[in-house]
Order: sequence, then structure tokens, then C-alpha cells
Amino acid sequence: MDILLQQIINGLTTGSVYAVVALGYTMVYGVIQLINFAHGEVVMIGAMVAFTIITALAGTAMPPTFIVLAGVLAAIPVCMGIGYSLERIAYRPLRHAPRLAPLITAIGMSIILQHIALLIWGRNPLAFPQIIDNPSFNIGGAAISGVQIAIIMLSLLMMGGLSWFVYRTRFGIAIRATAENVHVAGLMGINADRVIAATFVIGAGLGAVAGVMFGTYYGIAHYTMGFTLGLKAFSAAVLGGIGNLPGAMVGGILLGLVEALGSGYIGDLTNLCHWPGATSWMGERCANGADFVVFGSNYQDVFAFLMLILVLVFRPSGLLGERVSERA
Amino acid sequence: MSEVLLEARNIGKRFGGVQALKDVSLTIRPREIYGLIGPNGAGKTTLFNVFTGLYPRDGGEVLLNGKPLSLESPHTVAAAGIARTFQNIRLFNNMTAIENVMVGRHVRTKAGVFGAILHTRAERAEEAAIRRRAEELLHYVGIADRAHSLARHLSYGDQRRLEIARALATDPILLALDEPAAGMNATETVALRALIEGLRNDGLTVLLIEHDVKLVMGLCDRVAVLEYGQKIAEDVPEVVRANPKVIEAYLGTSAH
Amino acid sequence: MMNPLKTLSRREKLGLLLIAGTLLVLPFMLATVGTAWVRITNFAVLFVLLSLGLNIVVGFAGLLDLGYIAFFAVGAYVYGLLASPHFGIHLPFWVILPIGAAVAGLAGAILGAPTLRLRGDYLAIVTLGFGEIVRIFMNNLSNPINLTNGPKGINRIDHFQIGNVNFAGTDTFFGLNFSGPIKYYYFLLVVLMAVIIINRRLKHSRIGRAWVAIREDEVAAKAAGINTRNIKLLAFSMGATFGGVAGGMFAAIQGFVSPESFILNESIMVLAMVVLGGMGNIWGVIAGAVLLSFMPEVLRYTVEPVQHALFGKMLIDPEVLRMLIFGFALVLTMRFRPAGLWPEALHRREMTENRT
Ligand SMILES: Nc1ncnc2c1ncn2[C@@H]1O[C@H](COP(=O)(O)OP(=O)(O)OP(=O)(O)O)[C@@H](O)[C@H]1O
Ligand SMILES: [Mg+2]
Repeated sequence: MDILLQQIINGLTTGSVYAVVALGYTMVYGVIQLINFAHGEVVMIGAMVAFTIITALAGTAMPPTFIVLAGVLAAIPVCMGIGYSLERIAYRPLRHAPRLAPLITAIGMSIILQHIALLIWGRNPLAFPQIIDNPSFNIGGAAISGVQIAIIMLSLLMMGGLSWFVYRTRFGIAIRATAENVHVAGLMGINADRVIAATFVIGAGLGAVAGVMFGTYYGIAHYTMGFTLGLKAFSAAVLGGIGNLPGAMVGGILLGLVEALGSGYIGDLTNLCHWPGATSWMGERCANGADFVVFGSNYQDVFAFLMLILVLVFRPSGLLGERVSERA
Repeated sequence: MSEVLLEARNIGKRFGGVQALKDVSLTIRPREIYGLIGPNGAGKTTLFNVFTGLYPRDGGEVLLNGKPLSLESPHTVAAAGIARTFQNIRLFNNMTAIENVMVGRHVRTKAGVFGAILHTRAERAEEAAIRRRAEELLHYVGIADRAHSLARHLSYGDQRRLEIARALATDPILLALDEPAAGMNATETVALRALIEGLRNDGLTVLLIEHDVKLVMGLCDRVAVLEYGQKIAEDVPEVVRANPKVIEAYLGTSAH
Repeated sequence: MMNPLKTLSRREKLGLLLIAGTLLVLPFMLATVGTAWVRITNFAVLFVLLSLGLNIVVGFAGLLDLGYIAFFAVGAYVYGLLASPHFGIHLPFWVILPIGAAVAGLAGAILGAPTLRLRGDYLAIVTLGFGEIVRIFMNNLSNPINLTNGPKGINRIDHFQIGNVNFAGTDTFFGLNFSGPIKYYYFLLVVLMAVIIINRRLKHSRIGRAWVAIREDEVAAKAAGINTRNIKLLAFSMGATFGGVAGGMFAAIQGFVSPESFILNESIMVLAMVVLGGMGNIWGVIAGAVLLSFMPEVLRYTVEPVQHALFGKMLIDPEVLRMLIFGFALVLTMRFRPAGLWPEALHRREMTENRT
């Protein structure tokens, strides 16, 4: 099996999910410069709702694709509704408050959503019912599953769709104008409130699908899954340049790759027994082909964060971003 | 003392597609009131922001008392002796007036965390001196009676004065005021004028951005005019007033 | 400043005396109900310490630190490693607490240095991630060399010992029985007093004013000559130091540490204490911390029986309810009382001092 290719395929899969989630962060940030901390929880609720529907329908005679589709179609409006309420209840009233205030409410909303999910779905993870057989294809010595193909294709489709919407439609132009300058956009007759609410709703809709994809890929959904996923997706958005749509897509996929390759290779790289001359200074510890792995793949979740710090230090505007200075 | 206090050479600044400043050079002499005027968006505030290290510049340099001034960070500029106010007043709103001024003393004092925690004799003495100086300055700008009001509760004119007092607390040699008279009524403007003249008489150099042409022409020793990021005139008020380019710049924009 | 006691009215002095008296006899009153309550009170005091530390960062300097509990963890693990059979090292607490404080402060500075020049919301996310990273390391640094003992944590941590007095058992002084928790209580009380004094002094100092100035308007603070990056770093690392001290005491009092005690929810709880009480206002923060740290206990004793009585079963776990309350506390406070439930009496101060 070709490990490199395999990790690239896995990285592309998770990366495209990160990218779709990152779009939600970046759209909202682009328009009102707020980190919507609760976005990860919206994604989680999307997965939970879909799993509930899918599990309920799993026993019926309906075709599996239809069941999954029903789950997704149920999750999207629920998440959109949550996204909209988040904006109305938690952020809009604070739009002119000091910067710290909406950040704190965002954290509060995230906690609330997470624990409401806990109340509804309980502490145990929901498992994805065995309804679809997941064919595996062999390309160049690596395996790619049907689910992986579906995730990558669907993500690309959504990214394409969003780009078309933002760059080609009237409402998309309004979004970009508002992101450029809320006041000027207002003067041009754009209803900024509507635009802002729309970015939350669209981001939440994309997030719902991303949640289902993520859950399906790993086979489980859990009330805490939004936290790490959200943190990673946000890192992806920063990596690409927050506020920048293509940046979020590139950043997400790149992060997925780094993570997959990183966790795939870190064990080998930090295995001191494989280091040149190890026998001399590691002595007995490496005897009989023993390993001495300093960091294993259990450090996988660290990569996103390290990447975030590195980007912030060396290129705070991100790979594709530009905005840096604040107006004095 | 040198004849020139501050010399700016070929300052340039661009924001994306907007060339906000282009090769701006000017010289300010010690103890003069130097006016900077120009239509809206001419780049006056941007020049202030570059001078005070808030915006990185694209080119050019600034000499203070003949020595190159590092514009890397605003606090080193303040330490070098340039203090400023903001066009859209920027006070520490939830601090009292006197605390605002005390913050201005930061750069001239040095007590650290340990001094504060141990409440050392030196720290207490310094703290008392800071407070005394802040009181004096509030008195100087005429708002001593508002010392313990929150900055955000002050009237507009008093907020402008407070900002000046905070700037003065850094012991500047050059005080840069960005439209201090904006939004003031006639009486407040007269008082402000007296305040600025008083500052000059006390040995300070003042760089003044102002739209109130009467105030500028009456108050300033010399005036520079910016238009579209370029300096189009620099001279004593009478000459600048008669400069056809200046007249056109003003008429040209007011025609919009 | 004048002696603060002189400025108090007679009634206020009486009140202060009453509070002091109550605090002194409190553990014996609680012990009659059950030693568990003394323990609960000790943990409440620890959280007051934590919130006072976070208050420097969030309340004074306006930097949203969402991974604050990580510094608490650093202090706790430093204590656990240096006073337990895990490595067989048994240093006295007065050596370890400063080490823990220093290590936590250093961790704060290392984390802050690259991120503090960025906008505030990046700091929030980076600290959030940092909290997770610390937890991942605590969980996994048991292999290949066992540093942290992984999820099992470090057990049998030494109690404090002052002279012959060990905080593990009961001693009798002046005819009174001082159990371990009671001794810790008095120790914590002393630390708390010190921390309150330090907080107040910092607040009314050159550095404290600079912190608040940065919180109020960073650009203006820079222009007024404040090296905002260093001063923010100082706040960050001061806050972390307090967290480290509290963490060390936590390790000793609890006797074991494990990664589970340092999850994000704990950071959120401390943040809620600071925000609910009133960011920046020392007494408000203390009140917020006391209120929220006793809440779980109160909920445990009310929510369960009430639900059993009403529905015959438990619908909402008190722990979940607690987190929901924290969440709502954050949202509602920001929405309706951004200055907290006990805002600083600035307005009053203003009114009285202006009369002259
Ligand atoms: N932070 C910034 N980002 C982008 N463009 C800016 C920024 N600051 C200023 N500009 C642009 O630079 C130009 C000069 O602006 P500046 O504020 O310096 O003008 P001004 O002379 O002070 O005008 P006014 O009299 O209205 O205060 C304007 O076109 C303005 O839009
Ligand atoms: Mg201006």
C-alpha cells in the first residue's frame, strides 16, 4: 500500500470538509469581523439531526441514498434556522458594543448549543447505521472509498456553488460590497442587516452538510465534535486569509493534507530508534527492533493549532489575504 | 538649537489603489505654529499617522532635531517627543479625566509590576508626581473641575481639551493636533485658540490640521497645503492665501 | 492614595469587620454541617483566585483568554511532578509554588509573544487551541517516557507541610480541632488576601492604568506612548502566574491531578465568573466567582430532588444545567449588563467626588 498516496486521499477528504466549514467562518468574518465561535456547534447539530433522521429511516425499505439525502435535507433548514437565530439573538444587538462583547456572547452561544445537543442526544455518540455498502477503489496502490469520493465531489460542488453565488449574483455582490465597507454599502441602498443575516444562514447551511459528511466519514456523531472541527476549520480560514473565500477553500484542503501527512509520518520521524546511529546512544532501548516513538499519531490534533500559530506569526494576513492594518 | 525642529523628506503612503501621500516634504521650525490644510481626503490625517508611527510608510524619512526618527512604533515616537490628538476623539472612555492624563505620563515614568505590588517608596513618590502633574495639566487646559468624571461624560469641547492634556502629559516637543476645533462652538474655539497660543509661548511647537481657515490663517506662522496627497504650497498665511493653486484646490472641491 | 480604611463610613467599617469575622469562623461553622463543605469552600476560594488572575487579562487589559485553565494545569502538574511518588521527588510546597508560578508565567509569555500583536479575536482562538494542546500533551506524554502518566494522572501528591504541621491530618491548636481542609482554608485565605491586595495595587498603578488604556482604545494607548505589546504580554503572563499558583494549591488539596480537571468547560467557567461579576472590578469578580462556584453544589442539592419529585426521574443533569447557566450568563450579561452584575461604583465615585 502506498502510504503517501493514501494519506493524501485521506487528507483531501477531511480537508474538503474543513474547507466547507471554514467558509462559514470566513463569510461571517468578512462581513462583520466577528469570529462566530458557535459555528462548530452548528455543524455538530447538522450531523446529529441528520443521523437521527437516517437512523429512523434505516429500517424502512427506502433506498440508502434517499435516506442519507433525507437526513441532509432535514439538517440544512435546522442549521439555517440556528444560524439565523444566533445572529439575531446574540450578535446583532451587540454590533456596536466593544469588540470583546460579541466574542463573549459567541462563546456563550457555543456552550449553550453544545449542551442543548447533549440534552437531546445524550452523552453517547450516535453511530451511522450500516445502510450503505461503501465500495473501495484502488488507485495507484491506495484505497479510496465511495464515501470519500462523495465527500470530495460534494465539497467541490458546494464551493463552486458558493463562488458562483458570491461572484456572479446580485445578492453576492451585495455581500462583497458589505464586506468591503458596511457604511458605503448602506449608502448604496444595500440592506446590511439582511446581508449579514444571509451570511450566517448560508454558512450554517454549508456547515450542516459538512457536519453530515464528517460524521459519515468517521461513522459517528457526538455532541463535542463541533469544538475541534470548528477550531480546525477556523485555523484553515486563517491559513487562507480570513475573510477571503478562495482562501478558506485552499486553507481547508491544505490543512487536511498537513494533518494527514503529519500524523501519518510523525511516528516514523520521531522514532528515535530509526535515527542514524541510534543504537549507539539509545542503546538497549532499541534492541530487537524495538521502537522509541516520541510523538505518535495521537498528536494529530496538534497540527492544526501549530499551523495556526505559525501562520499568525509569519503571515498574519494568511496565504491569500490582504487586510492587516486597522484604521487609526 | 537647530533652525529646523522636524523635517519630513519625501514621505509616501499608498492604500491599495489610493496614493494618500506622494513625496511630501516639509520643515517645521522650533516654536512655530505650523498649519496643515487641504480638502477632505487630501491626506492630512494620513501624514499624522505616518509621523506618529501608526501607519508604516512606503518611503521617505523624518528627522527630529536633525536626527533620523524611527517610525517603527508609536510609543518610540512618543518617547522621542511627538504627541498627538485624533480627529475623531480617542479617549479612554471608561477612565476618569485625570486617569486619562495619567496614562500620558506612562512614557516618562518607569514603575513596574514589582514596584506596584510592593508599593515601594519610589513607586509611591512617582505615583504622587504623576497625579500632581496630571492635575496641573487639567488645570492648564481648563477642566480641573472635571478631573473625576469619566471621559465619556465630558462635553465635546472638554473631551478635546482632555485629549490635549493627555498629549501634553508625554512632555512633547512637538504637539500635533488633528482638527481640534471641529465641532466646537464659537466660544470654545476662541478658548482653544488662546490655549494653543499659550502652548507656543510656553515653548512648544504645534502642528495643526484645521478646516477652519480663519483660525488657521490667524493663528499659524506658516501653512502647508495638501491636495491629493501632494504638497502644493508652504509659506506664511498671506502668501498661501494668495496662491492660485490653493484657491483652485479649495474652489475646485467646494464646487462638487 | 490615602489609607483606604479612612475613606470608609462607619457602617462600611462595621460591614468589613463582620465579613472578616465571618471568614475567620466560617470553616468551623461549615465543619459542623460536614467537612465536605469546607472542601467545597476551598475549591470556591481557588476559583476566586483563578478569576482574579483572569481578571487581570480579560478585565483590566481586555484580552480574551479562553485557555486560561491551561496555566492552572501547568501549576498543578508542576506541583504533582515535584511532590509525589511519580518521580520520587518530594520538594516542600514553598519551593514548588514559586516554580509553578514561574513556569506558568513563562508559558503565558511564550504563548503571548507571537499572538499579542494580532487583533484580539485571534488571541481568543489561539488561547482556545492552546488549552486543548496542553490537554493533549497531558494525556499523551506518558509514552515513550512516562512524564505525565497520561489520562490516569498523578496520584498520591504530597500535602503541604509547615514545620511539624502536615496538612493531611488533624491538629489541635488552642483546643480547636483543625482538620486538613480547615488548615488549607486558612492558608487559602491568606493567599487570597495577598492576591486581592496585589490586584488592587496593580490596578491603581502605572501598569494597571496602561492595561485599562489598552482595553479602552489600543491605538490611543500606543499614541500616548505605551508599548502595548510588552504591556499586554505582562498582563498575560501575570494572569498565567496567578493561575500557576492556584494550580499548585489545587494539586495539593485534591491530592491528585489528571487532564480531566482542565477541560475547556473549566476555562469557560472562570470566564463566566469574571464576566458575570463585572470585568475589571475586583469585588464584582470575587462575588461572581463565589456565586458560580457554589452553584453546582446548590444545583446538586436542589435540581435532582426537585426533578425527582416533579417528574419522577432526572431530565436535566445538574452538570448540564450548570454549563447552560454559564452559557446564558455570558450571553445575557453581555446583552443586558455588560458591566456585570456588580459594576464598579464608578458612577457613584464620580458623583461624590464632584461635589467639592
Ligand atoms: N486606513 C486606511 N485604509 C485605506 N484608505 C485610507 C486609510 N486611511 C486613509 N485612507 C485614504 O487616504 C486618503 C487620505 O485620507 P486622510 O484621512 O488622510 O484625509 P484628510 O486629509 O485627513 O481628510 P479629512 O479632512 O476628511 O480628515 C483618503 O482617500 C482615505 O480614504
Ligand atoms: Mg483627517
